[in-house]
Amino acid sequence: MDFGLNDDQRDIQGTARGLVAERASAERVREHAESGTTDTALWKELGEIGWPGIAIAEEHGGQGLGMVELAILCEELGRAIAPVPFLPTVAAAAIIEQGGSDEQRARWLPDLAAGRAIGAVADDTGFVVGGADADVIVIVERGGEEAAVLATAGATVEPIDAIDPTRPAARVTGGTPEALPGDVAAGVDRALVAIAAELIGVCSGSVEMTVAYVKERKQFGTPVGAFQAVAHKCAQMLLDTERARALVSQAAWCADAAPERLHEAAAMAKAAASDAGREVTASAIQAHGGIGFTWEADVHWRYKRAQIDAVLLGGAGAHRARVAKLAAAQARAAVTA
Amino acid sequence: MDLTFSDAELAFRDELRTWLAEHPPPPRPTEGGDDADFAWRRDWQRTLSDAGWAAPHWPAEFGGRGATLTQSAIYFEELGRARVPLPANVLGLLLGGPTLMVWGTPEQKERYLPPILTAEEIWCQGFSEPGAGSDLASLQTKAVKDGDEWVVTGQKVWTSAAQWSKWCMLVTRTDGDVAKHKGLTYFLMDMEQPGVTVRPLKQITGEAEFNELFLEEVRIPDANVVGGVGNGWKVALTTLMNERAGLGFALQVRLRQYLDDLLAAADERGLLENAAYADKLAELHTRCESIRLLAWKGLTDVEKYGQPGPEGSLVKWLWSDTNQQATQLAADIVGPQALTYGNDWSYELLRARGNTIEGGTTEILKNIVAERVLGLPRLKAAA
Repeated sequence: MDFGLNDDQRDIQGTARGLVAERASAERVREHAESGTTDTALWKELGEIGWPGIAIAEEHGGQGLGMVELAILCEELGRAIAPVPFLPTVAAAAIIEQGGSDEQRARWLPDLAAGRAIGAVADDTGFVVGGADADVIVIVERGGEEAAVLATAGATVEPIDAIDPTRPAARVTGGTPEALPGDVAAGVDRALVAIAAELIGVCSGSVEMTVAYVKERKQFGTPVGAFQAVAHKCAQMLLDTERARALVSQAAWCADAAPERLHEAAAMAKAAASDAGREVTASAIQAHGGIGFTWEADVHWRYKRAQIDAVLLGGAGAHRARVAKLAAAQARAAVTA
Repeated sequence: MDLTFSDAELAFRDELRTWLAEHPPPPRPTEGGDDADFAWRRDWQRTLSDAGWAAPHWPAEFGGRGATLTQSAIYFEELGRARVPLPANVLGLLLGGPTLMVWGTPEQKERYLPPILTAEEIWCQGFSEPGAGSDLASLQTKAVKDGDEWVVTGQKVWTSAAQWSKWCMLVTRTDGDVAKHKGLTYFLMDMEQPGVTVRPLKQITGEAEFNELFLEEVRIPDANVVGGVGNGWKVALTTLMNERAGLGFALQVRLRQYLDDLLAAADERGLLENAAYADKLAELHTRCESIRLLAWKGLTDVEKYGQPGPEGSLVKWLWSDTNQQATQLAADIVGPQALTYGNDWSYELLRARGNTIEGGTTEILKNIVAERVLGLPRLKAAA
């Protein structure tokens, strides 16, 4: 049993962390968040180096790597709250790859893999994260069992002033959605893992940012991080992050190596990561005190991203409802065995 | 990344699983109280020991199987899975033996290790004192040199199995003039001698898993010092580091079984249709799974990369908290049964309160995470 990354994966992680830190600095994120725009230069660069296609099969123009590699990139981009439509694009691609017909795959995957097309995913509420820029939207229905693909070219796209403006949202209506005939659920599970991995990045970055702050900020003549009430809150942030991370690692590995276990693993990962995302980013604001409530402090972008991701393709409660059914079936088997 | 066992690990697991299926312990005694219960576990350890299964994590030269960390964890998972008791001499096998292997002299190893394995001599742990719990290094039990012996006076508490023990891992203060961590010495104390008084400590469950230990001018030969005079803190840390190593895997499996039983109880009562219960059960199930993963990650990161991550401090905290939440939910699901003495539901409802205290309180674990994992400044309240 080995939870470690292999050398290639470690390289991907190191490269990604370096590149994201350089290109998606707090200043850049704020600039795009305030103007409600995507960083098109960064998105173009990511497309050129093949990031959006990292987990898409080579025959469809991707790099043919796995969910573990994709999760690494999602986490690193999430850590910085990078203002690019990476997550919506890879989530849409995963569902099209697993659930699409040959024709649908050929139509969309090569462009999504290269970042020439932007994707998005949505449930049937019409609220589409990243929808304002998307070329193609995957609409997920019936709790993830069915989905349709919609080219925005023929649809009505009305921008929405969503709380996380780094991925301009939109209400999308009309057009002609085409049903995906394949294994939609397998694609949705992979999309859930990608979202959960981004949330781990958001959490992890929040822990780092908060720890740095409470070491610096002094009251009563001492760094506030030396007070147990503050220190224990930071410890709780780490626990929430790490327990969700363990579940996300497992789910990513299942997608690549044990797909029969992915369905439950993805639901647990998304449930834990959604809760962790909210709790950890809320604690980050609290631990920053008054400054944490200000627009300038940059903590709120994390909270806002976490809120969006926590709901995307179903909140924690929806996924726990799935888990309860699966766990009850296993318990029945274990108790009667 | 590979979340599966190797062929060798699977072979180890299957061999043990088959052996356990073929050699189940006799039914747990229903009469005779704690003494009968302990005798039952002692017999069980002899059965394990005869088959070479008492301490697979010990090196072969001392009667173990030289099991890897992973195999050792599998061992405890399998004991839990088979719902068999832990060996009677669990403190000797997990703590005392491994501490002697690191710090003991060749004579000490030869003398003490074999009877640990066979449960011929039971071991207990004399660390905590009424005034030294989380702040262990402030302990006051005093040992004074007298010729080639030491004379020990003081009091210990939370000493499980003391009433059946032959040897006690005893940490004492031998020098009161140096910094508190430096004046300690670790001894092996013979429990069967004048001056040693064991008094059961009745806990909130009504039973007495633990004891108070009163020591009045107890004599210990100099040859029973472990790791050198004044080196007791380091030796004690070796013992404590072994404390959570294997046992955690048995506890984690026990929680899994408890949740399976609880899910089945909820199912029987039709409560899985109730969204609030289903949500809580799923949350506990998810937490239990994250505990299993974190425990394995912590262990395999050490085994494969020699790098312990933050998991060690997180697993015990998360497990104890989850276990408590599970017992609270059980009281809602099974109702009056959980509120009446004499069954597992009520026992766990009470026993689980100890989980966040024993083996490092949650508050201390949070301090450790804050200071050592997150690198926060030395905490004010812990100064």
